[in-house]
Amino acid sequence: MKTVEVRELVKTFDGHLRRTRRGGGDVVRALDGVNLAAEPGEYLVLLGPSGCGKTTLLRTIAGLEHPTEGEVLIDGQVVNGLPPRVRQIAMVFQSYALYPNKTVRDNIVFPLRAEKAPRETQESKTRWAAELLGIGPLLDRKPRQLSGGERQRVALARALVRDPAVFLLDEPLSNLDAKMRATARDELKRFQEQVGTTTIYVTHDQAEAMGLGDRIAVLEKGRVRQVGTPVEVYDDPADTFVATFIGSPPMNLVRRDDRLVGFRPEHLLPVENVPHDARVTMDLRVERMEYLSGDRHVYGTVTGLGEDTRVIARLPATITTPIRAGEAHGFAVAADRLRFFDAEAGTRAPAVPIGKP
Amino acid sequence: MTARRREGVPRAGLADREGFLAWAMLLPSVVYIVALVGVPFLLAVAFAFSDVTTGDPSYDFVGLRNFTAVFDDGVFWRSLGNTLLFTTSAMVLIVVFGKILANILVADFRGKWLVRFLVLLPWTTPVALSTISWLWFLDSIYSPVDWVLRRLGLIEGNVVWLGDPGTAMLSVVLVQTWRLTPLAAVIVMAGLVAIPRDLDEAARIDGAGFWRRMLEVTIPLTLPVIAVAALFGAIMTFTDMTVSYVLTRGGPTHATDVLASWAYFRGIEGGDVGQGAAIALFLFPILLAGAIAILRAVRRLEAQ
Repeated sequence: MKTVEVRELVKTFDGHLRRTRRGGGDVVRALDGVNLAAEPGEYLVLLGPSGCGKTTLLRTIAGLEHPTEGEVLIDGQVVNGLPPRVRQIAMVFQSYALYPNKTVRDNIVFPLRAEKAPRETQESKTRWAAELLGIGPLLDRKPRQLSGGERQRVALARALVRDPAVFLLDEPLSNLDAKMRATARDELKRFQEQVGTTTIYVTHDQAEAMGLGDRIAVLEKGRVRQVGTPVEVYDDPADTFVATFIGSPPMNLVRRDDRLVGFRPEHLLPVENVPHDARVTMDLRVERMEYLSGDRHVYGTVTGLGEDTRVIARLPATITTPIRAGEAHGFAVAADRLRFFDAEAGTRAPAVPIGKP
Repeated sequence: MTARRREGVPRAGLADREGFLAWAMLLPSVVYIVALVGVPFLLAVAFAFSDVTTGDPSYDFVGLRNFTAVFDDGVFWRSLGNTLLFTTSAMVLIVVFGKILANILVADFRGKWLVRFLVLLPWTTPVALSTISWLWFLDSIYSPVDWVLRRLGLIEGNVVWLGDPGTAMLSVVLVQTWRLTPLAAVIVMAGLVAIPRDLDEAARIDGAGFWRRMLEVTIPLTLPVIAVAALFGAIMTFTDMTVSYVLTRGGPTHATDVLASWAYFRGIEGGDVGQGAAIALFLFPILLAGAIAILRAVRRLEAQ
């Protein structure tokens, strides 16, 4: 069992070589002081919007990019200067990057041949990986004769054969159609539990992140905003970015003096559905309704909590209170469901009493 | 009808008619090929069976007499052999150096614009001009190459590059290689750039070193393009006479005569247009066979 750790990782890209040499230049800080560690056997998901640096972080761990500052540790050793091949890592690319000129078998065996494993090992490992992923009958095909899902499994098998210290997966599901994605997600998770290898998984899809990750690291603009289990990042977001990035629809934020009061749409319910001993009530001017897979999404402007703000409430099918657009309705949130953020910095702040039970 | 047109209903113009467009676009090149390739080719075939000379341009059919005369001439066979040797060795060198240069062209390093410029320079210089500077480079007395080699203590006296049959051929091959390598490099570079970067990175992560990546990933994926570069190199060398004409005028004693230059010496300078045409016709079937063979190889590779 091995762990991966990065310390104070900074990676900058020069915008334009010639302009930078002249002094000016636009330097992009893709990673801006990242500290992160994956525990042995853990499934760590890097989640963030596009351009947040998550892929750069993965590529830096792999050794495809050299960090500008900071350290990458694999198994407790600094691997900064080392090329990818001595890092004992395996990576599955977004495009799968199968060698189109080689058969599936040759693709899978390639890493073993590169490390000059004995021929018997090569054969037995290839068979083992192919069986584990159910691609035994495809071994003599070329990659272009495979479907997207099959290609993904071949890429996994190729990553698997040489017992890597860590799996790096770069959005491996994004090239699959929606239906395949759900089954492939399930397979990926079961597969990782089976082999028990530390896995770092990059995605911009929060459903994948919540479903797969033991822990999720939310990144934005080259910084780690929060690391935690899916429950933690969802229920206790560290700042307003995490609060609004995770969750669909996102957390509602209402400004009240120097605080932002946050609550999830599913906790904003018609007033009679919230126990009245510890609740905060507010009026909602309903503007629009959506009926989505059994839930009612109510769009409206909330008044009486702080500044008038547009919010969304998500009413489960079990709540049948009649609500119509254009009307005002009493809503409430259980007090322990409220989260408070500093209005300037966006970070979590101590709760302030809201005196309207 | 007129009323409708005035209302501005869009109508298909001449430029929307694909049949017309196809003809309009193709016509210039068809005219060009017919006038400058087709007609001269047929003329050459006609001349090969005639007794036309520069002194007596009247056409008389003489059957295969020119061909028997050409076959009986040892110089023809020598120049045919020279052509094959010249073409194969230049082609191999062009492809090898072209591949290496292509790798340099796609690499990312400081001052690469200068290197790119220098690499492409031989290609952009007019052949006759650059060959003349090579003539000076390989001069029997004032050769700077010899001077350097002498200073390094590698040779005693001057190598008379163009005077000895062996070194003359070597010089012609090397100058031709120098001239066409940039073209091959640019062609191969186009192939290299088309390889997804992921593949090379995947191979890196899979633990493959430089040579394994080169031999098992890069070269197999660029083979069709390399074949195209080889085809270009071969054809441009096979039909070329400039280098040997300017450097050695086919000498010494026909050691560097190729089919094209021998046809020129015979037909134009020697005045026997009929025999010159007969010699030149030998370029055609070999070129055709070579072109078909390489294009087939390309298609087979693409189908893989």
